[in-house]
Amino acid sequence: MNFRYTFKTAFTSLKANKSRSSLTILGIVIGITAIMVIVSVGNGAEGLILGEVSGMGAQTIVVRPGKEPKGPSDMAGTLYSDSLKARDVAALKKKSNVPYLIDVAPALIVPGSVSYGGETYIPTIFGWTAKMMSEMLNIYPAEGVNFGENAIRDKASVAIIGSKVKKELFGASDAVGKRIKIRNKKFRVVGVYPPRGQVAFFNVDEVVIIPYTTAQTYLLGINYFNEIVTRAASPSAVARTVKDIEATIRETHGITDPSDDDFFVVTQEGVVNQIKNIMGVLTAFLSAVVAISLVVGGIGVMNIMLVSVTERTREIGLRKAIGATDGDILKQFLIESVILTALGGFIGVALGTFFSFLTSFVLTRFVGLDWSFSFPAVAMIMGLAVSAFVGLVFGIYPAHQAAKKNPIEALRYE
Amino acid sequence: MALIEVKNLEKIYGDGEVTTPALRDISFIVEPGEFIAVMGPSGSGKSTLLHILGFLDRQTSGIYRFEGKTIDDYSKDEIARTRNKKMGFVFQAFNLLARTSVLENVKLPLVYSGIKQTEWDAMAMEVIESMGLTKRIKHEPSQLSGGERQRVAIARALVNNPSVIFLDEPTGNLDSKSGRTVMEIIQKLSEEEKRTIILITHENSTAEYAKRTIRLLDGRIVSDEKVANRRDARDFIK
Repeated sequence: MNFRYTFKTAFTSLKANKSRSSLTILGIVIGITAIMVIVSVGNGAEGLILGEVSGMGAQTIVVRPGKEPKGPSDMAGTLYSDSLKARDVAALKKKSNVPYLIDVAPALIVPGSVSYGGETYIPTIFGWTAKMMSEMLNIYPAEGVNFGENAIRDKASVAIIGSKVKKELFGASDAVGKRIKIRNKKFRVVGVYPPRGQVAFFNVDEVVIIPYTTAQTYLLGINYFNEIVTRAASPSAVARTVKDIEATIRETHGITDPSDDDFFVVTQEGVVNQIKNIMGVLTAFLSAVVAISLVVGGIGVMNIMLVSVTERTREIGLRKAIGATDGDILKQFLIESVILTALGGFIGVALGTFFSFLTSFVLTRFVGLDWSFSFPAVAMIMGLAVSAFVGLVFGIYPAHQAAKKNPIEALRYE
Repeated sequence: MALIEVKNLEKIYGDGEVTTPALRDISFIVEPGEFIAVMGPSGSGKSTLLHILGFLDRQTSGIYRFEGKTIDDYSKDEIARTRNKKMGFVFQAFNLLARTSVLENVKLPLVYSGIKQTEWDAMAMEVIESMGLTKRIKHEPSQLSGGERQRVAIARALVNNPSVIFLDEPTGNLDSKSGRTVMEIIQKLSEEEKRTIILITHENSTAEYAKRTIRLLDGRIVSDEKVANRRDARDFIK
């Protein structure tokens, strides 16, 4: 029995039961579509997050208070939220402690709004250093200047604002030199950043940067920092510097056992690896769920093929009587089930591509994320292979049932 | 060499305590070109005999040689190939593929023959023409009369040019007029093409078209003789 004819026969018989065939492959279609979308959206999300993380720069090392969270619901991170203080900053600044550190800048997040005249805006307010902001993100005020060491030492009420903040408060007129209100305290605008958009974990256009000393003393009234941002001299010095930082802070905190640490250190590489791990596990988990749906779909195919074999008992008997071998019959039904599931796979790939594209389109256009559509080529090949494989695996039993029919009984079957 | 040689053939169904003998001590020889009717009431074992002759079943004991070889000389696939190339089958219930055209139905044995696909259409058209069905090639079985369906089945049996044609009650599902037409065709195949035909029937009237009749009763041959007053299907058509 030649292959072309076998294919034609299989198609003819599938076409004869159009609605049944389509319902049968629905499970496979949904499964493959889901795999395509999961992998594509997973890739997109990973790209988005990694893009933001890498915005913080390879040399950047961030020290955070508390214990490193081990999971999303780990509350340990909040236990020592006030552990990083001025003495840590002073210790880190000593060359003898951390030789390859070129800059240290404590950071505070200040909740609240800014206003000017009748306009009010809720930006992201950081108590930080203008220098770290500029060097880490390579962004300098387009108008005005950065505030310097003096402003930090004197706890000056000065601010540099993002382009969107400027637009919301001042419109087209100049901002530099004007006095804005942050949490009802007056600040003088000394600089305005050029538009940049999303980098690292925040939007540059929506920030207000003020000296961390000012934020600590006048706005928040606290004596600790939310984090300490530092920069190593070069990316290759990061690993060593991390060790030095840990040793230094342990010393200032009087900690001897690292498991008692009340702080943790974050690097870009570490975060990237962590995110890749999380995304990998997530994708694998979802794919496993989808794999179960494919198995269920495969059982559906097997069920329908068994019905089909029973229905066509006389046809099988006739084919055998006029010279079909067991192998011919096996091949015929196997090809039929493989065509059925492969067809499901094709439709699934098409739908999956469509929905992945739609997702990225919606996220880019309407949500405004910097999302790139990635065609999941691997998922497509996997999807097609898996769907054909499902047809093969779940088609074997019905095809075997067909092949082993006794022609005499099959011919008599009513 | 005889085309078919049957010697002391026995078929017993079941094993162990309860056994039902279906055929007992069957012996006969069929030469090429013979037209034999195997007759008997239902339960006489004639279908069982046809199945054994058609390599669809195996005897319990005794010898059956087809073209000098027994079923045990062949592998499973060779048995299928022999059925395909050397034997043509026509069934009482036509057994055509539904929703499949006359042409495709007739081509079916060629699919398993190893003959090149490019030759299938011409071979099928030739036998369809000899059955007078050329105008019906695109029709599906449901659009044909019973007589036409059985002619399609005969065309299908002939398409591989077999050594013998087995017919199992070919007129059983037909009205008497269609039945006569079908018998005329079968007779013509015997007379004009010298084909070897073995036909099973329980009707005397159908058996009388054959040249020789083997009568079975309870699994035994009770008579094996030439047909004295052969019927000629053409007499009734006129």
